[in-house]
Amino acid sequence: MADDKVKIQEDTRKMLVKWKTKRGSLIMALHEIQGAFGYVPWDSMEVVAEELKIPMAQIYSVLTFYNHFKLTAPGKVVISICDGTACHIKGGQSVIEAFEKELGVPAGTTTEDGLFYIQIVRCLGCCGLAPVVVVNGKTYGRVTPLDAPKIVAEWRETMAKEGA
Amino acid sequence: MVKLTIDSKVVEVPEGTTILEAAKSAQIKIPTLCHHPDLPPTAACGICIVKVGNRMVRSCCTPVAEGMEVITRDPDIIEARRTVLKLTLSKHPNECLTCLKNDTCELRKLSADFGIRDTEFANITPSKEEMPLDDSTKSIVLDPRKCILCGRCVEVCQNVQNVWALSMLKRGISTHISPAADNKLGDSPCIKCGQCTAHCPTGALTERDDTQYVWSLLQDPEKYCVVQIAPAVRVAIGEAFGYKPGEITTGKIYAALRRLGFDAVFDTNFGADVTIMEEGSEFIERFVNGKGALPLITSCCPAWVDYMEKYFSDMIPHFSSCKSPHEIVGALAKTYYADKVNIPTEKMRVISIMPCTAKKFEILRSEEMFSSGFQDVDVSLTTRELARMIKQAGIDFVNLPEEEADSPLGAYTGAGTVFGFSGGVMEAALRTVHAIVTGKEMPEDALEVKPILGLDKGIKEMTMDLAGKEVRIAVAHGIGHVQALLEKVREAEQKGEEPPYHFIEVMACQGGCVGGGGQPLGVTDEIRKARMEGLMKDDRGSKQRCSHLNPDVKKLYDEFLGKPLSERSHHLLHTSYQKRELYKK
Repeated sequence: MADDKVKIQEDTRKMLVKWKTKRGSLIMALHEIQGAFGYVPWDSMEVVAEELKIPMAQIYSVLTFYNHFKLTAPGKVVISICDGTACHIKGGQSVIEAFEKELGVPAGTTTEDGLFYIQIVRCLGCCGLAPVVVVNGKTYGRVTPLDAPKIVAEWRETMAKEGA
Repeated sequence: MVKLTIDSKVVEVPEGTTILEAAKSAQIKIPTLCHHPDLPPTAACGICIVKVGNRMVRSCCTPVAEGMEVITRDPDIIEARRTVLKLTLSKHPNECLTCLKNDTCELRKLSADFGIRDTEFANITPSKEEMPLDDSTKSIVLDPRKCILCGRCVEVCQNVQNVWALSMLKRGISTHISPAADNKLGDSPCIKCGQCTAHCPTGALTERDDTQYVWSLLQDPEKYCVVQIAPAVRVAIGEAFGYKPGEITTGKIYAALRRLGFDAVFDTNFGADVTIMEEGSEFIERFVNGKGALPLITSCCPAWVDYMEKYFSDMIPHFSSCKSPHEIVGALAKTYYADKVNIPTEKMRVISIMPCTAKKFEILRSEEMFSSGFQDVDVSLTTRELARMIKQAGIDFVNLPEEEADSPLGAYTGAGTVFGFSGGVMEAALRTVHAIVTGKEMPEDALEVKPILGLDKGIKEMTMDLAGKEVRIAVAHGIGHVQALLEKVREAEQKGEEPPYHFIEVMACQGGCVGGGGQPLGVTDEIRKARMEGLMKDDRGSKQRCSHLNPDVKKLYDEFLGKPLSERSHHLLHTSYQKRELYKK
């Protein structure tokens, strides 16, 4: 963990070089950090506070105001389940529940092993396939609750092969 | 000047005045909730709504305009205000009877004024389990269920005090007040100054109430209870009993304390006189004899000490090692006094009455707070808590006779009493330093060091001649002003330049302790000023106005301590500092 912290802080410091001199660049800097790590780690925030001379209280207010920002590491496999209008009517809610049951965690959180993260999204732009689930960029259409265990098993296998 | 009409009354006010202020000048009181005269308007609550033509606007943040026609009350406006109140109450617990702010809550008062009896909105206050209390500090309790999100505490914590412990997290219905990462206050940059408790309109932020514990000590026949009152308490506690701010009630407080059952009644002002002997000597050591870093920075304000340890720990060598006056009285009570009256120290309890919430934290802040072999000060109560105890005991404060403090830790000079306002510690130190260095007492008309007194400026600077050498002095109050001052010192140090100042006094609260976080609520600059003038009057009426002329202080050094900065002084009256992290993660 200590090594992680050093690496995260080093990387963050590099990213901040171009934002340091510009006023009002907090949100842009946080975007870049989330882009790199998948979320905004506390260790990064400490560096942001120091380099941009912005109190932690303010950074954290901004981070929690916008839904976009994540404060915990998302899983390696991100399961995005659509609950937009079309998917909702076609049973998106039951698909969400099926994934939550299969993984044992509520949407918006990561499984304890850090492998899966469930997020609910509003419309993925392929309503004809409702209900839609996208896993790490791969799209699954007309998903039923019974598909949830199969999709999870498929990705467990994929990740195991990759040595994750 | 801008001319407008408010409720058909013609009003003329300077440009930039808000409708709220303009109305006040025309004897019209528009109700407010999130507004506070110390703070810029946040326009969060909406209760101060008025009509300008057909438009409803928030009067706290709308500037007047030429020819404006303002209506402050009509059925629409009253109805809108009632709705705001009902919506606020829909997420506020109905726990007024057992709430610490019961008699001072601004929301409860508005609800009474507007005759809110029942409401069409369901109450959705989370349970205590869902939203627990934060009592992680010894000083301040945050009950987020009682928060109405007015934003005053955040404003005062961030922009006035520059502490940045409290913030608004999340958004919409999930918005709440908390330190970053939902840390507890005790694991945050909080310096316990208590300005959030002084500005919170409801019971969401309060002092930690230690009165029940003090009652239990007073009722225990095995305990010998010693009490002391801080300078600023005597000119403020009267407000709780109908006195005007600034009226000196020292004699009545002593009397009330005896009736509460305290065995010995001392005065922190005596401790302040001792502080001056020690700190003044420290300054002479550094300034005249060249031993130690300059500037010397005062350390009697525990919120300031906490801030420095968190934000400016490189300034530690500049800090006076002298303890604060109430710690000095505590240490002396449990050694010098305990010996005199032959009371076993383990039976003695020292309770200090302070205008301050940070003092509750200070009594446990380091090992040196146990210099007598026991905890030197056992409990620290705020002015507000003492007022509650006096009321609870059924003591008719107003009609009490005036009494004197006990010997040998009760007699004080004018220099001790001026510790209660910004500039006072410096003033008291200069009186004694001047006498010691020049061998001559300061002339009467020079005792009050005008350039460093008053509330108008956050940083007050002056130079003074001390035996032919120029002393550069700065005084800061309101911790938000300190950063600029210390950065100047730091910069000079890094460049190897002559320090910009030789002696700096800092008090964390606006106006100093008279405006402390534990003082009676509803404070404004006007009240701070009245309390300060009360202490000045106390000083002018004192037989002695310089700490070194206090006969009991002389006796203390003759009989017990030897001389200032002696080994025994160092053991009992001095402390040390350490760097502290902003967050415990």
